[in-house]
Amino acid sequence: MSTPVQMTPPQASKKPVPVAQKEDAMLLQKAMINRNYLELATAHQRGKKVAATFVPGNLNELVMCFDLARSLPETNALQNGMRKKSGKMIMDAERDGHSEDVCTYVKADLGMMLGGEVGPTGDPLPRPDLLLLSYTGCFTFMKWFELIRQKYNCETTMLHVPYQGDGKISQNMRDYVVKQIKENVIPSLERVSGVKFDIDRLRQYMKESAKAEEDLVQVLQSAKKRPSPIDGYFGAVYYIGPIFTAFRGTTEATEYYRVLRQEIEQRVREGKGPITPEGEMAEEKYRLVVEGPPNWTSFREFWKMFYDEGAVVVTSTYAKVGGVYDFGFRHDPEHPIESLAEYCLGCYTNLNLPQRIDMICKYIDEYQADGLLINSIKSCNSFSAGQLLILREVEKRTGKPAAFIESDLVDPRYFSAANIKNRLESYFQMIKQKRTAAAGAVH
Amino acid sequence: MSQTVAQIIERCQMLFDDLHFTSVKEWKAAVPGRKAIGFMPVYVPREIIHAAGMLPVGIMGGGDQLEVIQGDAYYQSYICRIPRSTLELGLTGRLDCLDGMLFPSICDVIRNLSGMWQILFKDKYVRYFDVPQNYQDGVGGQYYIHEMQVLRDDIGRLAGKPITDDALRASIAVYNENRRAVQALYKYRAAKPWQAPTSEVYLVLRAGMVLPVEDYTQLVRDYIAATDAVARPMRDNARIVLTGAFCEQPPLSLIKSIEMAGCYIVDDDFMLVMRMLFDDVVETGDPLDALSKSFLHRSMQTSSKYDESKKDKGKYLLDSTKLNGGEGVIFAAPSFCDPALLERPMLQSVLNEHKIPYTAFKYAENTGQMAPIREQAGTFADSIKLWSAA
Repeated sequence: MSTPVQMTPPQASKKPVPVAQKEDAMLLQKAMINRNYLELATAHQRGKKVAATFVPGNLNELVMCFDLARSLPETNALQNGMRKKSGKMIMDAERDGHSEDVCTYVKADLGMMLGGEVGPTGDPLPRPDLLLLSYTGCFTFMKWFELIRQKYNCETTMLHVPYQGDGKISQNMRDYVVKQIKENVIPSLERVSGVKFDIDRLRQYMKESAKAEEDLVQVLQSAKKRPSPIDGYFGAVYYIGPIFTAFRGTTEATEYYRVLRQEIEQRVREGKGPITPEGEMAEEKYRLVVEGPPNWTSFREFWKMFYDEGAVVVTSTYAKVGGVYDFGFRHDPEHPIESLAEYCLGCYTNLNLPQRIDMICKYIDEYQADGLLINSIKSCNSFSAGQLLILREVEKRTGKPAAFIESDLVDPRYFSAANIKNRLESYFQMIKQKRTAAAGAVH
Repeated sequence: MSQTVAQIIERCQMLFDDLHFTSVKEWKAAVPGRKAIGFMPVYVPREIIHAAGMLPVGIMGGGDQLEVIQGDAYYQSYICRIPRSTLELGLTGRLDCLDGMLFPSICDVIRNLSGMWQILFKDKYVRYFDVPQNYQDGVGGQYYIHEMQVLRDDIGRLAGKPITDDALRASIAVYNENRRAVQALYKYRAAKPWQAPTSEVYLVLRAGMVLPVEDYTQLVRDYIAATDAVARPMRDNARIVLTGAFCEQPPLSLIKSIEMAGCYIVDDDFMLVMRMLFDDVVETGDPLDALSKSFLHRSMQTSSKYDESKKDKGKYLLDSTKLNGGEGVIFAAPSFCDPALLERPMLQSVLNEHKIPYTAFKYAENTGQMAPIREQAGTFADSIKLWSAA
């Protein structure tokens, strides 16, 4: 089931706007995100306080217990990127003294503030009443909120989530996060919101989370089928939107994932491939695993380079950045605080390099992928530092070819379409040759 | 017979230049069974390694003399230089003398390097060493004590015997002595920067990364005594604080260039491991608790640490500038260093509020062209000396 929709028109373009096809769940998701922006815009008028927090390891269920509106700066930056607004914001931030070397999410966010704090949808974005700095898998988050605090003097609460340096979550790590949630985070949320913490309310949200998580996993794992009914990277960024952001724990998110799962199961029954912006993909020629975030400023152009060649991303590590649900984690209403801690500690970028390699190798095997593609993001050291070793190790362990491209999250200056296209074409050729060689060896 | 400054600096220069860590090998060879543990910037509690009878060795990258070939193959162009040169040191066997390696929590690059090390050097002890960003004794403190206990247990196993509380307390005392010596050196340089140019002080500090702490404390004291014994000409230089160089190190020629351009460096953030803790760690009671309390409540501000409130931001830099009579600040950060470069605008805004002049540039540990830096530092020094309100 799919519906044609208008894609966001490029800035100041007089060209005819191409019609893109989207699944109904994608439309539902878009409506949810837009509504959240509207709610944020009117939060203060409605007497609501606003918490800003980050995507990986966010405590959405907990924040909702205090009736706080939720703003996610990475989402704001990527939405601005998709709407071709981020380039100017980044340059504005650089003119304001920020280095060209640092994360462009941060600069897009700061540039947006300099430009009058208007959000991606054109609605104003309120200044947060609380910066909930849940510091999972990325040191830059810490500096990011320090920078916002420096500018706006917002109250900040830190949740330090230790890294899985040894490739496991120790009891000490769990205890540390639980203690911080109990002794620092909850009291701050109570103070800022004026609402008393109710653990049963948290449990209720977490029940909803677990249902949605179960459905999401079924959707993501549907890509093990041939043909894959979804794209586990370009399509998955729509699928993960609600659960990674302000909606996990809400009944509307549960409903979204129920609808999405039904849609995808129907596609499986019909033996259909993924929906792309130009319609259903006819033939699945290549099955890839992708490591690293997508480029947002040329998202559609980037995706087209894959579906034009019949390449489907069957699964991606980026779709696990806000929770590695496919390896079994679910929010647990019976142990709510402990479960929040476990969630924060388990997000993808909080895994060490050997764990990330194991995960990718497992994906290549379970999803019967032809190889690994790494989209290395200039802005994101958390993802990027070490990716060349990941590439070597995965090739060594799986025998499958891997390729490496480079781009950025939201800085249009670092997206070279011709270079990326060339590399992808060579990569697809390489896969083809390997297949031919393998077939030759069998005969 | 006491050593001259030239003799001390010659020894330090030799240690600095030796990318094969001969002194570490010699230390190990002197007594069979000795072990050495490497650590990267910014801070690890070296007391734990010392208490096991091991040598903590600071690995500060490859500098400008190391040709990086293999290391470059592991990193994209937009990642700083220190992880690639450190890998180069490892892959070329120069770090074979180390029995283990610690990767402190400083940034995502060094964090991920810990996992790379686990893969590439499977026979070595490797640990990512986390420090708390929550500074409450009962929360971050408890976590930190446990992390130190894990390190203590691991190092004890490597040494073949557990590290006792007494041994740890004794090591704390040894490092307290060292902290006092290094603080005395900084104090001396701030008072008489013409007597202790940073191009020398830097080499003295680097010696502390490879020498046994007891010898090193003596070396620092010897340097202060030797340099104080011979008067050197005082110049009308600008007194500046240098910040941002807490991880990847600038080439020595960069420090010399800043000085030649008319600046006296009166404080810096090189090798913070020696000055991370402001004062003596308590030498009685539970040693891990004492180390934890010092870190939580009496330690340096740096970009890899969280500042709990807005008013804390830049406090150390401001205090240091005032206390050391600094007339300006030079932000010298490695290219692509997220912590330093993200921190910089916040520190600059604090300096603006207090009308303290500053200038900023980036470097890599192998930067070769010093003319632009010399010009920039010279212009900055001139602006302070010629045009400041004073």
